[in-house]
Amino acid sequence: MSESRFNAAEKTVARLDDVNLRYGKVRALANICLDVPAGCMVGFIGPDGVGKSSLLALIAGARKIQDGRIEVLGVDMANAAERRRILPRIAFMPQGLGKNLYPTLSVFDNIDFFARLFGQDRLERRRRIIELTRATGLAPFIDRPAGKLSGGMKQKLGLCCALIHDPDLLILDEPTTGVDPLSRRQFWELIGRIRATRPGMSVLVATAYMEEAARFDTLVAMDAGRVLAAGRPEEMLRQTGTESLEAAFIALLPEEKRRKHRKVVIPPLEDEIDGEIAIEAKDLTMRFGTFTAVDKVNFRIRRGEIFGFLGSNGCGKTTTMKMLTGLLPPTEGQAWLFGREVDPRDLDTRRRVGYMSQSFSLYSELSVRQNLRLHARLFEVPAEEIEQRTQEIAARFGLLDVMGKLPAALPLGVRQRLSLAVAMIHKPEMLILDEPTSGVDPIMRDAFWESLGELSRRDGVTIFISTHFMNEAERCDRISLMHAGQVLAVGTPDELAAQHGAKSLEDSFVAYLERAANDKGEERGEEMEDQTTSTGSRDNAHTGKPRLFDPRRMLSYARRETLELIRDPIRLTLALLGSVILMLVMGYGITMDVEDLTVAVLDRDQTAISHDYVLNIAGSRYFIEKEPIRDYQDLDQRMRAGKLALAIEIPPGFGRDLARGRPVSIGAWIDGAMPTRAETIQAYVRGMHAHWLSRKAREAGHGQALAGLVNIETRFRYNPDVKSLVAMVPAVIPLLLMLIPAMLAALAVVREKELGSIINFYVTPTTSLEFLLGKQAPYIALSLASFLLLTLMAVTLFRVPFTGSFAALTLGALLYVSAATALGLLLSTFMRSQIAALFATAVLTLLPAAEYSGMLDPVSSLEGSARLIGEIYPTTHFLTISRGTFSKALGFPDLWNAFLPLVIAVPVLIGLSALLLKKQER
Amino acid sequence: MHLKHVLHLGVKELFSLLRDPTMLVLVIYVFTLSIYTRATAIPETLHKAPIAVVDEDRSPLSQRITDAFYPPYFLAPKVINQAEMDARMDAGLDTFAINIPPEFQRDVLAGRQPTIQLNVDATRMSQAFTGSGYIQTIINEEVSAFVQRYRTIPTLPVDINLRARFNPELNKSWFATVMGVINNVTMLAIVLTGAALIREREHGTVEHLLVMPVTPLEIMLSKVWSMGLVVLTASALSLVFVVQGWLGVPLQGSFALFLVGTALHLFATTAMGIFLGTIARSMPQFGLLLMLVLLPLQMLSGASTPRESMPELVQHIMLAAPNTHYVQIAQAILFRDAGLEVVWPQFVFLILIGTILFGFTLARFRKTIASMG
Repeated sequence: MSESRFNAAEKTVARLDDVNLRYGKVRALANICLDVPAGCMVGFIGPDGVGKSSLLALIAGARKIQDGRIEVLGVDMANAAERRRILPRIAFMPQGLGKNLYPTLSVFDNIDFFARLFGQDRLERRRRIIELTRATGLAPFIDRPAGKLSGGMKQKLGLCCALIHDPDLLILDEPTTGVDPLSRRQFWELIGRIRATRPGMSVLVATAYMEEAARFDTLVAMDAGRVLAAGRPEEMLRQTGTESLEAAFIALLPEEKRRKHRKVVIPPLEDEIDGEIAIEAKDLTMRFGTFTAVDKVNFRIRRGEIFGFLGSNGCGKTTTMKMLTGLLPPTEGQAWLFGREVDPRDLDTRRRVGYMSQSFSLYSELSVRQNLRLHARLFEVPAEEIEQRTQEIAARFGLLDVMGKLPAALPLGVRQRLSLAVAMIHKPEMLILDEPTSGVDPIMRDAFWESLGELSRRDGVTIFISTHFMNEAERCDRISLMHAGQVLAVGTPDELAAQHGAKSLEDSFVAYLERAANDKGEERGEEMEDQTTSTGSRDNAHTGKPRLFDPRRMLSYARRETLELIRDPIRLTLALLGSVILMLVMGYGITMDVEDLTVAVLDRDQTAISHDYVLNIAGSRYFIEKEPIRDYQDLDQRMRAGKLALAIEIPPGFGRDLARGRPVSIGAWIDGAMPTRAETIQAYVRGMHAHWLSRKAREAGHGQALAGLVNIETRFRYNPDVKSLVAMVPAVIPLLLMLIPAMLAALAVVREKELGSIINFYVTPTTSLEFLLGKQAPYIALSLASFLLLTLMAVTLFRVPFTGSFAALTLGALLYVSAATALGLLLSTFMRSQIAALFATAVLTLLPAAEYSGMLDPVSSLEGSARLIGEIYPTTHFLTISRGTFSKALGFPDLWNAFLPLVIAVPVLIGLSALLLKKQER
Repeated sequence: MHLKHVLHLGVKELFSLLRDPTMLVLVIYVFTLSIYTRATAIPETLHKAPIAVVDEDRSPLSQRITDAFYPPYFLAPKVINQAEMDARMDAGLDTFAINIPPEFQRDVLAGRQPTIQLNVDATRMSQAFTGSGYIQTIINEEVSAFVQRYRTIPTLPVDINLRARFNPELNKSWFATVMGVINNVTMLAIVLTGAALIREREHGTVEHLLVMPVTPLEIMLSKVWSMGLVVLTASALSLVFVVQGWLGVPLQGSFALFLVGTALHLFATTAMGIFLGTIARSMPQFGLLLMLVLLPLQMLSGASTPRESMPELVQHIMLAAPNTHYVQIAQAILFRDAGLEVVWPQFVFLILIGTILFGFTLARFRKTIASMG
């Protein structure tokens, strides 16, 4: 048990007692006991995968406590009601650049969303947003979508969103990972200024940068789910007798891990005068629309050189790398690998290159061994060598004991190693590595660089690598500084460090960036002027008990979902236009009038009377007569081929027998492959046969007797002309208003789960109901618009008479689309992946709505489970309303029992979704 | 092109599916329970048709007519009064309502040709047509039989012997189950390839493939064969064990030939799935596209209503849809026991459609993947 207590006299902001956490079999946190002091800056250090993020998520209330006790701000976090009470005093910024932001929303809209969640009124929101954006230097970009911001700006935006409600506890999970040194500096200056104005605020930060951590008040060093040590940075250095935190951390590690560590020494590259050029880029440019991602980049890299690429996220590094690999064709300029121009079709060059992309892009469904083997095979490693090569490379990257595991079960650092192993399995002559070491612990990073050194110096492999770590950059032969699509400087680390009279490479880099930023006049951390943020109105959001249902929070979600929908015009158009197109297709396409049926006759009588009989049937508008049947074999063949729907055989001597009053029998064969059609044909033939008989009887003189004993007057009600359109169109509207709205809502929740922004729901006081109803509202509105459009089409284009109460139909539609979207939301909360939600929605809407809801056959005629589904499925009831109001001239009083099931369905579906939606990650 | 790459990448696709239990459960569901539900839902067109009788005569004859309607064709008739009739029909409780006037029996026997009114809810197209024909026949037969006891009626001795081939009892579940399998084949082929492609793109794995010595053609082919194989196997098992075994539908024809047809259909639909995957930029967009494509394929291919009754324009457009041909192949082989000499034009169509879709998608593949990565 690792027990670490700070001075007990200090006030604590969080108290953890024997906390454990497991993900399946993996132990993420073990017996954590920790008192986190209030009012200061506490750093959690250690590589990724050691449990820092899990620990912070537990403290923020984003993750469910499995075992142990956690008190935050004096409240037991396991108690849901208590937790809700203090959530407004906590702010959490999760790991990952802009993870909890909404990429299509503007800077303003993002902050505004959070402000609304905390119930601030319009004036207050405006004031705070102006102050925060001015303080963070985001003010000039207030209308830019968050997805188009650079990494550093995204993190500043995340900070604005976190600070909008004046939290007492600010939790930042690796806020500066993947951010350039200048932005990193500005970020910490910003935090410093905010803390100066709000001294009571506690800040918890996880970081992988030891230089940053050195400036914090206290530190918690973690490894393998345990706390190694806790205390002031100076104490840690003193304890371990080291000079830097990085060294101190290594010293704190258990003995076996430490033993693997060696200091990295990469021998200098021998100067070859005529070294072969491995990579060359000339005026390489990439534009996406009006945005220039890479602007005229030039470089030449010799064989065997380690070339480092530095710059913030979004500066164009990744795009440049993609152009070199042929993934992206450049807008302008050229690039050569080994003297051959980059060509996506050139497979030979690809075999000589290993590429590791920034995000983990291996198959998480395949085990480590399977991944290695698959890539070995794809790179055409000879079959007999595959086994040996796999073992070799696994040993080199320390993967031997995880060969059977799935990548998802491995810590990030191990996965990065796997990615690298995969990139090197075919012994490439060149490696293009996009941030291969982010999230890897210092020891592993050093081991990794040792491998790189060996590859470069011993095997002559050219290495093109991007990184954020300055100590890694210093190990490169040459580095290039990139910013906003342009290369600012190229040279050896020493040359660059000496520029601008800077002390270190980092300072020099910052100087370059500042100069570039000044030139463009962008993104400067402006001074925080007279702070009024926290003095004036602290604050209605904190005081009092939070309400169980706050319409403002719901509206906040509704507004955001609406904005996202508006920013995705393709989806909006698809939803509206899709309904219209489907209506056209289905309205005109589906018809119950069975016509143009093929018929042929085997007339073995060939008399006038047999011709008369044939004409009676084949000449009607329902049939099209084909050439006569020659014999039974012909009949059989043509029926098998589906060329005849009906075959009639008139026996020899038909006319003669008829005249003599002898019984005769006409044969008729119907193609029964499609039973509904066959039944219609049967009815037609019977009718025509009877009609012919009575005509003959009349002609024969005993007309009166046969004319019938009884008249049957058939009245086709509601649709006197028995037109398919009139029957179908009011039935197609309910069908479409189920399929599209359900599909729209089906991805609403699960998408946030998959992409990570669901965390905002976990850590704010939003309730499940507010969240769900807020998300549902815009889709209901969109579906109602679609309803009006479809109804208009029905009346004008299809000329279906509307006879009943429009108010009743509209109210029915409102209830119905609410039920349809609620069904989508239910599936969305239930499913874990978007693809499953999508599939399930298709399965659970298409069949029941089209087949079991009375569109073709009335529900009362169904059997078995289909009948049950039909009885409770919302489409059934809206179909009754739609047909009732369109064709039957009905209104509310006649239809109330169709409204009732819809009125029940909506709260039941929403209620179920709310029950299934977890308020914490588990 | 390296066939080995295609093989290895395809095996990888199979592993991906194996590791996704939700998808597996859904695949199994649509090929078993869903088919069963569908088969047992609607045995015949005129099944349990709701009918009501307004009997203003209260005579033995009117009683006889009322009693002539019984399950399974009709639900036992509700005897109601005139006022209830309109309300019940408005509420959609009855599809048919018969009104027998007062003094009906007396008028019949006196040869005065009284009139029975038959009200039909014509918004229910499927029952309205067939049902009213049945009802007229039944009433006529009952009245004739009743009158025969009192006097003879001269008739012409011509009989028509109607026989339905390939499905003598016109059992609707035969058709419904096979069409259910067909709809599932299409839906799965599109979802498994298209949605999976978008997921791979959202997770960056396609991009990863494109930097390896693997061509887009190999990537596409691997998806086509692996997902095609999954659906082919599932549909074959479903036909043998669920449709033939569990539901007892007697399928005719060469099963092998039908599987070849299915494979061709899968070639076209998996290519279509990948195509949709290159058009949609995100999963929500794909979801909508899926609905836009699936619904017409399902409703207009001839699997729901007969093709020849559709407007000519729709018939022509639907010739470009693989489903239309696949539905014809299924009907011809599985019900009519037709051989290759009959279905070859449909086979050719499927090959053509598949090749065009595949070629077009291949041309888009690299471009779209790279620009959205």
